[in-house]
Amino acid sequence: MPVNFLYPEYSPQRDPERCTKCRLCERQCANRVYGFDETNGRLTIDESRCVNCHRCVAMCPTRALRIVKTDDVFRGNGNWSSAAITEIARQAASGGVLLSSMGNPRPMPVYWDNILVNASQVTNPPIDPLREPMETRTFLGAKPSGITRDASGRIVTKLPPQLTLRVPILFSAMSYGSVSYNVHACLARAAERLGTFYNTGEGGLHEDFYRYGANTIVQVASGRFGVHKDYLNAGAAIEIKMGQGAKPGIGGHLPGAKIVGDISRTRMIPEGTDAISPAPHHDIYSIEDLRQLVYSLKEATGNTKPILVKIAAVHNVAAIASGIARSGADIIAIDGFRGGTGAAPTRIRDNVGIPIELALSSVDQHLREEGIRNQVSLIAGGSIRNSADVVKAIALGADAVYIGTAALIALGCHMCRSCHSGKCNWGIATQRPELVRRLDIQQGTERLVHLISAWTYEIKEMMGGMGINAIEALRGNRLMLRGLGLNETELRILGIRHAGE
Amino acid sequence: MPQREGENGYRIPSGCAVSAILSKTGERISGEAIIQSIAVMHERSNGLGGGFAAYGIYPEYRELYALHIFYDTIAAKEQTEHFLDRHFDIANLSKIPTRKIRAITDEPLIWRYFVKPLPTKMWESQLGEDEFTARCVIRVNSGIEGAYIFSSGKNMGVFKAVGYPEDVGRFYRLEEYRGDLWTAHGRYPTNTPGWWGGAHPFALLGLSVVHNGEISSYDANRRFIEMYGYRCNLLTDTEVITYIIDFLTRRQGLTLEETANVIAAPFWTAIARQAPEEAERLSYLRNIYSSLLVTGPFSIIVGYPGGVMALNDRLKLRSLLVGETEDTVCIASEEAAIRRVAPELSRIWAPAGGQPVIFQRREA
Repeated sequence: MPVNFLYPEYSPQRDPERCTKCRLCERQCANRVYGFDETNGRLTIDESRCVNCHRCVAMCPTRALRIVKTDDVFRGNGNWSSAAITEIARQAASGGVLLSSMGNPRPMPVYWDNILVNASQVTNPPIDPLREPMETRTFLGAKPSGITRDASGRIVTKLPPQLTLRVPILFSAMSYGSVSYNVHACLARAAERLGTFYNTGEGGLHEDFYRYGANTIVQVASGRFGVHKDYLNAGAAIEIKMGQGAKPGIGGHLPGAKIVGDISRTRMIPEGTDAISPAPHHDIYSIEDLRQLVYSLKEATGNTKPILVKIAAVHNVAAIASGIARSGADIIAIDGFRGGTGAAPTRIRDNVGIPIELALSSVDQHLREEGIRNQVSLIAGGSIRNSADVVKAIALGADAVYIGTAALIALGCHMCRSCHSGKCNWGIATQRPELVRRLDIQQGTERLVHLISAWTYEIKEMMGGMGINAIEALRGNRLMLRGLGLNETELRILGIRHAGE
Repeated sequence: MPQREGENGYRIPSGCAVSAILSKTGERISGEAIIQSIAVMHERSNGLGGGFAAYGIYPEYRELYALHIFYDTIAAKEQTEHFLDRHFDIANLSKIPTRKIRAITDEPLIWRYFVKPLPTKMWESQLGEDEFTARCVIRVNSGIEGAYIFSSGKNMGVFKAVGYPEDVGRFYRLEEYRGDLWTAHGRYPTNTPGWWGGAHPFALLGLSVVHNGEISSYDANRRFIEMYGYRCNLLTDTEVITYIIDFLTRRQGLTLEETANVIAAPFWTAIARQAPEEAERLSYLRNIYSSLLVTGPFSIIVGYPGGVMALNDRLKLRSLLVGETEDTVCIASEEAAIRRVAPELSRIWAPAGGQPVIFQRREA
């Protein structure tokens, strides 16, 4: 029906001079944009299927392909944008909820970009990380409120369980099922080599990856997929997922088509059934219930593993985090509204939750006002894009950061935001064996290690510039930050002064 | 009325000179020596702040807290005295004797009180005498405008002003006092703090700190320590370092050496080289008090009732030397300041970064 037709946003362009008709593009595109007309020997293009993932462009041996934004436009309207019109048309056709993938792409304020970092001049020497030690080791976990001594006066060095990180960056939760086996393999290996942690997400832990347990955080989400005693004890820590920045207030949804083979076995659900996580944990309707789950998990693991509680950044996040800190959690992970997802209702992703910069600042400040900041560690996630974001997050008060999207981009993700289709041409958000195979585990691991190592160099350079040679002296050190173009309220919440002040 | 330092939200970086003389035998010496020592380092100050801490100077009131207070106005004095009356027994009060010095101007009212916490008030508060007094000091300093308690220890006192330290010493007639430990500070602030409270030493109870440096961890330290009832109103490094040392020693029960292991913690590579038990102890301290690690350049001299501690930052980015004779220890930013008062030394050395040097009085 013509009313259903919407002109495609992107269009592949082929340079006939360069094209050798090798038909590699045809084989590479799982979306079946490319075809071959046997009758006339011509290559065909159906741009309506193109998601602009750049797989064909990257693979074309003669660089004959490029993808351009089409110039077809609706009549200009400041209120009714093309997206607004298109979405209505799609819903009128399907009657369904709009689905999206990856983080909120709308042009809303990115506070990181309005925060500037300090450096030493004259009164205090910058420190050169190539010549002096520059320490990034980070411990996550509850700290005791004071020391105790044994009979001979020696300090008793017993601590609640801690996670020790060489760098304050962890890979955030991405479930096996939403991403491929190869992605998990890369994350696990890279975490081990980097001295940090990856997170299983809510899909359980594939038996092949138990050997990376010392660098694994296992997640317990509302669906409890794949949760059993060995799983809980397999990792270095357990994360209770209460919420996710991309979709606060709702649970996950993995379509039955993706519940195949090992995924079904790992999740402990029959093949082909939809894996639908409830919006709440049905044993947690209040804060005192959370406490019970925290202590159940501690008991199930003999008090040997720190318990993380992950929440989405919502309006009352500071008070909620304070309640979590008082409920036995060792680490609180806060996920901002720009955090990624394999699939989320578009309206929720784009309209629910608040930016991580503001959430982190108010949580850190509130925990300090309550005098309990040292009882708990904070991990900030939800669109950490580079090393400067890491530095700013730590200076605002985070102990460490979670990265998800950045890790996937390192693995080859080109941000086409079509994960929910399950046809990821880069072998990341797909379960099709022929696509998964495209992600080389060795190379992917290498690229993740490269990324974090490069960021670590940059973090050390910025720390050195500030005259700081240990990451803990940066944590919560908001005087090292200044705002640019932010209003009084924003500055107050961030707890920083304006540039020039 | 001069604006109090930190009130406008600005931090003022400062370079400095520090000096200390400890009589190991506990013999009390006049303030003349320390004035001469710090005067040698005139070039390290710029006339915008100088001060001294003297221990053992009030033996006749050794059981009482000696409060030294700056008042900007009579009203502030009346309000403070009203507060003190309700919380302490005041055994003695007087102006602190001064002499007119051309270079020292704009002096506030400078008063001294020897006090003892009222038993009923202390009992009500369920606090020990030190904690009760510390809280009262913090309350006056952050609550009463124009009043500032800059010294609150027993049998010790801080004397400070805006000016060169040798002038400040003469102003307070320090040559007339006799003490067994003297520390001194000459300040080189980048801006003009008109307010006398901003000069150093900074002190709380019997603890006093003189400091040369600009710490890069300031706000991390401040935001942590403020969780425990301290208020860093002056935005100076010395203030936060004093609170950190008070918190770790008095409230957390750490020794001075352990305190040094926290604020100038060894590098992880150095910890790894220690014997396992020692490595574990050092890692433990670094982990649980990680927010109290002080980075950036500093050399500090900490006076406490039993003696003195000198400490450099982990990279030793500020000069600090220690000279020793049979009966005396001298510590200073420059060797000349030590030689000025003790030309013949049995030993002189520059302590390594992060290596605390602690001397106790023999009888203490």
